[in-house]
Amino acid sequence: MTLKLGVPSKGRLMEKTFDWFAQHGIRLSRSASDREYAGVVDGIEGVALVLLSAGEMPRELAQGRIHFGVTGTDLIEEKLPLWEQQVEPVRTLGFGFADLVLAVPKAWVDVDTLEDLDAVAASFRQTHDMRLRIATKYHRLVREYLRHGGVADYALVDSQGATEGTVANETAEAIADISSSGETLRANHLKVLSDGPILRSQATLWRSRVAETDDAERATASKLLNALAAD
Amino acid sequence: MTLRAKALARAAELRAGFEAAGALPVETPILQPADILLDLYGEDIRARAYVTSDALRGEQMLRPDFTVPVVQMHMAHGAEPARYTYAGEVFRRQEHDPSRANEYIQVGYEVFDRAAPAAADAEVFSRLTAAVAPLNLRAATGDIGVLMAAVRGLKTSQARKTALLRHIWRPRRFKGLLERYAGRVPPSKEREALIAGETPQTDAPLTGKRRQAEIDARIARLREDAQTDPLSGTEVALLEALLSVRETMPYALAQLRDLAVDLPSIAAAVEGISKRAEALAARGVDVDHLPFETSYGRTSMEYYDGFVFGLYSPDRPDLPPIATGGRYDALTRRLGQGAEIPAVGGVLRPDLILQLEGAA
Repeated sequence: MTLKLGVPSKGRLMEKTFDWFAQHGIRLSRSASDREYAGVVDGIEGVALVLLSAGEMPRELAQGRIHFGVTGTDLIEEKLPLWEQQVEPVRTLGFGFADLVLAVPKAWVDVDTLEDLDAVAASFRQTHDMRLRIATKYHRLVREYLRHGGVADYALVDSQGATEGTVANETAEAIADISSSGETLRANHLKVLSDGPILRSQATLWRSRVAETDDAERATASKLLNALAAD
Repeated sequence: MTLRAKALARAAELRAGFEAAGALPVETPILQPADILLDLYGEDIRARAYVTSDALRGEQMLRPDFTVPVVQMHMAHGAEPARYTYAGEVFRRQEHDPSRANEYIQVGYEVFDRAAPAAADAEVFSRLTAAVAPLNLRAATGDIGVLMAAVRGLKTSQARKTALLRHIWRPRRFKGLLERYAGRVPPSKEREALIAGETPQTDAPLTGKRRQAEIDARIARLREDAQTDPLSGTEVALLEALLSVRETMPYALAQLRDLAVDLPSIAAAVEGISKRAEALAARGVDVDHLPFETSYGRTSMEYYDGFVFGLYSPDRPDLPPIATGGRYDALTRRLGQGAEIPAVGGVLRPDLILQLEGAA
């Protein structure tokens, strides 16, 4: 049957993924109608293009509904606790670089490290009778990072967008979000803690370890991998 | 019978045994208000408990253990002293190990008694061990109280002691703080400058709920802390020696008594361990071969603040502990809104007991 390749369905991530595959002799394109989420693959037989939101890619790979898929390391690790058993990274694509960082108001001149944040969380809780709030959509990654770092007395609050604005709006005291250039952070008067990012992410081609594969698909997969192996 | 039916049947037997020993059977709701558990355990509990919600009651958690609801029930309308037993499902999220159950049955035995803590500790430990005696489990014991006493007795500022006590259950952060307070980790350039009096200028406006006064107060505390003498190498070495005590009870007690000569603050806690050993022996526990480890229970048992114990299968090290328990006086203080009562308890896992019996 056909090998299913998942690619982000819109925006720069889709365009750059198309470019990257084109450099390896595989032309991906959306079908004629711009509204239809279907695609065309030229340059290799037996591969079907599945256009998906980047956020759904981890689940589709983990459930084996697609054989290959392009998405960021951040989404894979956030959504798949056992990702190493479910997917394997095939190639990093060299774009979509972004770090998941923890940031606090720049005016907190007494806070540079995770250790400072922990100390501030303790006194914040005493002063305000509430735990220090960190806005994020990466709940699992942030919680594991803070547990590992020995931070207590904080609360995660969900923020699915405009996360940098939550501090000024007083719905959070700190944030954890993806930042590529740091410009949004600066514009919102936030600074990154010096301990280093929670995670470094980039667009990556993943292979599902669980998708059922017949002989024809296996042959197509090795052809695809050969084509993509060249730099 | 299915494994679940067998586990329920075994749970009922175990509970009946505890009832026969004088415990009052109690039931608690499965859905617990999330805010109390979050206040106690912090955000980490979300990684271990299932959270659900409705528009009326807000966030609720599927009972991750019985201790909190049983303590609340006792504090609200319990007579003293009290012994309780219960059996029912608890629910634990599993994100790392798919072989661990996310729903299983616990049978518990809890003692609320002001009179004789050593005897109550021994009572809980021996009742639980007796219930699984044929399985020849390996016991692990420890005492969080002795470490807390040592920290309280350090020759340093109250602020440093408070910070260390707050992280007793986070050994990595605890060690990091200890090294900083011992002067083994130099402060960063930024921190040195801040302490030296150069308050960094920033053009950024202060946003968010943390006010300037709080920032100023922390800078003042950091400057004050910089004036605090480092912990002496001797004190740190003693604390490290205390943390590495791992012996059978008689030898552990000998080591702890030696340490208490230089760390007089632990003397009372060590005396408590000795009294407990006597109480255990009086109940027929083979104390001469009972392991004691000062660091036991520091990573997984965060509300325990005295005696801690676990029972493990020597043949199946892959299994979680078959029984766990300990003393949680501070928890009753936090849930009791001013009231408090010394409490100790433990739980058994009938599903694991059946697995081990099946394998035997």
